[in-house]
Amino acid sequence: MADIVTLADGIGELVRDGDVVALEGFTHLIPHAAGHEIIRQGRRDLTLVRMTPDIVYDQLIGAGCARKLVFSWGGNPGVGSLHRFRDAVQHAWPVPLEIEEHSHAGMANRYVAGASGLPFAVLRGYRGTDLPEHTSTIKWITCPFTGEELAAVPAINPDVTVVHAQRADRQGNVQMWGLVGVQKEAVLAAERSLVTVEEVVDELEPVPGQVILPGWAVTAVAEAPHGAHPSYAQGYYERDNAYYRYWDSIGSDREAFGNWVRDEVMNKGARNTGVPGKAGVDKEVPQ
Amino acid sequence: MTTSVTSAAGEWTADEMMSIAAARALQNGTRCFVGIGLPSTAANVARRTHAPDLVLIYESGTLGSKPDVLPSSIGDGVLAETADAVISVPEVFNYWLQPGRIDVGFLGAAQLDRFGNINTTVIGDDYADPKVRLPGAGGAPEIAASCGEVFVVVRQSTRSFVEQVDFVTSVGHGSGKGDRQRWGLPGAGPTLVITDLGILRPDPDTAELVLTQLHPGVEVDDVRAATGWDLKVAPDVGRTAAPTPEELSTLRTLKEASS
Repeated sequence: MADIVTLADGIGELVRDGDVVALEGFTHLIPHAAGHEIIRQGRRDLTLVRMTPDIVYDQLIGAGCARKLVFSWGGNPGVGSLHRFRDAVQHAWPVPLEIEEHSHAGMANRYVAGASGLPFAVLRGYRGTDLPEHTSTIKWITCPFTGEELAAVPAINPDVTVVHAQRADRQGNVQMWGLVGVQKEAVLAAERSLVTVEEVVDELEPVPGQVILPGWAVTAVAEAPHGAHPSYAQGYYERDNAYYRYWDSIGSDREAFGNWVRDEVMNKGARNTGVPGKAGVDKEVPQ
Repeated sequence: MTTSVTSAAGEWTADEMMSIAAARALQNGTRCFVGIGLPSTAANVARRTHAPDLVLIYESGTLGSKPDVLPSSIGDGVLAETADAVISVPEVFNYWLQPGRIDVGFLGAAQLDRFGNINTTVIGDDYADPKVRLPGAGGAPEIAASCGEVFVVVRQSTRSFVEQVDFVTSVGHGSGKGDRQRWGLPGAGPTLVITDLGILRPDPDTAELVLTQLHPGVEVDDVRAATGWDLKVAPDVGRTAAPTPEELSTLRTLKEASS
């Protein structure tokens, strides 16, 4: 049975300096509040794993939490570049960032192998691209049955995975629906897991297309209302597209980013993180 | 360079012509893997004009999305809510893309070379110390490998159309005809490149991209000036039909509804 904890305690106990940490959520249910709490608690030397290191990892990288990034697509979806990520790769600011770069198919299969307790996964991928030349975790393997040469990628087994879901019950059973991305695989691949949820309820009403993570497969659950903002939680709130555009103006400037970390993360408690309308975020967003 | 054209249908921009030309390339009933931006715009115009049964597949895990506005990301709620099925990301790649269930992959590019190879990873010749760090691969390498064929939609300039890409993120035709077969890539690769100036297709003998069609108001010299290699031009280069009023109004209505 998962422990029901506060977000601050959950991050404090489960995310440690030097850990391999996966925050997943494919455009939907991105655990932003948890990301802010990791910054607030000053974690360092993390290996951050995520298929789409969008705004949430731009923030962690810019705040100097990461030593390495394992990923497959690093942009601001629908807007353009991740400027903190680019600054780290191109100028080693604020600290050097090592990268390990895959395709989505490769990353998804790495999580599947991790969740399956297997050492690696095979896929028909990467052939002819320049990725294998620069990424040592892509190798070739010959199928013992057909002789076909296929790509092999090692399992990802994070020290801790953090995901966001719509609901959990008081036993820590987690319920999510809509686009569920690679969250189930990322949780099952990890040594420890923290699931932030919109709300903890007495009973989980079934929802079409739901994914249930039993409480015994999750380490801890923390309530974090609006914890996916500016991404969305289907059934609770919509994607804040204006915030993604607004982030471009913050992320593209080191000083503006520093002010953002101070005002929106360090000077705020975990409960307020990610809630729109606080600290004038809404009125600064160009419409 | 021409940025807008006037005709009987009214005035349109080169970007609008590109989106409409890309939309026309999609046949009704096609199962199409759609990236965000230009490809998504074109696919949604097609579904609202000549191809109502076009099947839109987004890598976030939606099969058969029918959005009424253009999504801002590949994972907007509207894509999931209007889909025939919502699936996990591993399932998208392993069950639907890899076995060849998807007819057309619709991709963009930061750089494209004469054989249709795509770079979305880095600009500059040193991967470890790039001039510009781009977002990276996403789903594109396997989309380019495993879809029946690939359409590329990209604005044409000497910056984007280069002799050789700085990094092969997604394979087009490698270094020429036969490379895809040698590598065992199941799909046909890029069969169509649609730009804001015209349309290019691979030469059946060499797989090199050849200019086969010009958009209205554009001349061959304009396209040559926007290409970073010595561009081959088909002897019978065609002319794209001007956007119809219906196409233009469909495109603009979608764009307005999304802004």
